[in-house]
Amino acid sequence: MTFEPVLTARVGRDRSQSIDTYVADGGYEALRKVLGGDWTPEAVTEEVKKSGLRGRGGAGFPTGVKWGFVPKDTKGKPVYLLCNADESEPGTFKDRLLMEKDPHQMIEGQIISAYALKSRTSYVYIRGEFFHGARVLDRAIAEAYEKGFLGENILGSGFSHDITVHRGAGAYICGEETGLIESLEGKRGQPRIKPPFPAVFGVFGAPTIVNNVETLCCVTHIMKRGAEWFAKIGRNEKNTGPKLYCLSGHVNRPGVYEAPMGLPMKDLLFGDAFGSGMKDGRKVKAVIPGGASAAMLTAEEIEDCPLDFDGLAAKKSMLGSAAIIVMNEDTCIVDAARNLAKFFSHESCGQCTPCREGTPWLHRVLDRIESGEGRAEDVDLLEKISNQMANGMTICVFADAAIAPVLSSIGKFRDEYRYHVENRRCLVGSRPSVEATA
Amino acid sequence: MTGRRYSVAPAGRPAEFPPAALERIEKILSRYPTKQAALLPVLWVAQETWGWISREAAEEVARILELPAAHVAGVLTFYTMYNLEPVGRHLLQFCTSISCHLAGAEGLVEHCRNRLGIDLGGTTPDGKFTMVEVECIAGCDRAPSMMVNDAYHEPMDLASLDALLGTLP
Repeated sequence: MTFEPVLTARVGRDRSQSIDTYVADGGYEALRKVLGGDWTPEAVTEEVKKSGLRGRGGAGFPTGVKWGFVPKDTKGKPVYLLCNADESEPGTFKDRLLMEKDPHQMIEGQIISAYALKSRTSYVYIRGEFFHGARVLDRAIAEAYEKGFLGENILGSGFSHDITVHRGAGAYICGEETGLIESLEGKRGQPRIKPPFPAVFGVFGAPTIVNNVETLCCVTHIMKRGAEWFAKIGRNEKNTGPKLYCLSGHVNRPGVYEAPMGLPMKDLLFGDAFGSGMKDGRKVKAVIPGGASAAMLTAEEIEDCPLDFDGLAAKKSMLGSAAIIVMNEDTCIVDAARNLAKFFSHESCGQCTPCREGTPWLHRVLDRIESGEGRAEDVDLLEKISNQMANGMTICVFADAAIAPVLSSIGKFRDEYRYHVENRRCLVGSRPSVEATA
Repeated sequence: MTGRRYSVAPAGRPAEFPPAALERIEKILSRYPTKQAALLPVLWVAQETWGWISREAAEEVARILELPAAHVAGVLTFYTMYNLEPVGRHLLQFCTSISCHLAGAEGLVEHCRNRLGIDLGGTTPDGKFTMVEVECIAGCDRAPSMMVNDAYHEPMDLASLDALLGTLP
């Protein structure tokens, strides 16, 4: 059975951002259907539960179940829906595409989701660097107001909703949902201790649901074509729906690719419709399957590896934001780990000591190994630092993310680390050069 | 960590928003249940107005939003995109996170540094360019990616960087 793209179906279309072309392509039909009278908010939530949709932002939590955590009696407080468009996980660029090319697909899903949550107000928290995406969204939202899909009494249903685009200003941690909430409240984006969970006590002290851009896009199609249709796409009933994969690194054709959840990793890397193989015929050395926070996999481990939540959990890594970063045999694994450690060191929000102090420490030790100044005890030291940073030592999972590339690269490429320390240079290759790849 | 910038530089003159900016701020405030929630968007208005956010501008924002100036300073120093001192006409932002790194992003940075004779964080004496390193900007499939002010330029190589630097006004 050939797979027809769902989420990216309109990406290449002329004027794909405009509401006219969106409506001409069947857009806002799902919203009309939902608000037409036959669907209660509870029924929409049930439908999303039935679809098996799991959050596309990284954690993979079932979306309908998450919605169900909002208390029935909110004690007079409003319910807020927040769209997480802070896409900042290194290697991830799918939400940028969705928002820049087909903003109404997301907006429609956001309005439907807000209806299910009985939410009057929602925000799109979009990372500050997406100037263009924010402008596209602003324009699209204005169009949706003009056509009566937003604002008071939408399509005469009695349901009213407002969406505001809220721009971040450069901080990876604001992609963490309570960091996002703090930031939206006009504070430093430092994650909160949970519980209470946002569904009970979120932004402005009110029940709050945070959903990723791609998740909301999926909601549109679930309500348009039905939960059963959605649940039939994908590897099994726990890993359903169409999925966007962000492919980057040493492949011939990097890009965003849509496929059923559970696409075999080898197909993504080597398939003609996807990555089309390794650049210059080099061999795969390692693959990061779910963004910087995911444990690296070796060439052997990707042989039989479905790209979905459970497939990657079985490999002790994660699908995360589905950012697949491919490194060839010439890549120095210590250099790659150092680069990832630099990221986490820069982005730690600073409120928990193990993370604030641990992330730059990891970066310094990796830097000295890479620079040929490593000490015999350094590899053990990296493991020791890592193990003191995570597993519940901090408020959020940032520290767990920061140590994943360190521990997995040491665990799988220990010889390379050892070689580096003993010989004061890389086992393979050299630092990447821009001429070689340009 | 993100907030490793501690001070907000004074401009030495008072900051007063022009009427159009004040109108925008009013509109922003109407979208939030608290004044504090408007802080990030209002700081963006300040940056668009002056190109950077001086201590005086931060204090003016604090006054308008009825927030302690220290809170505004805390927020300003946390987020990397607010300029805490004047920057060049073209803010060159080089991504050096993993996918861009694998594509040789550091080579671009080095080349730019040599060509402009400034270091990361530096501004050319004519006030034309400021160059900084940034973390992943979601341009990984067209690595190495960079931004100049609010626009993406990707993928880059030494020749396209030279061409870009030569054409920017």
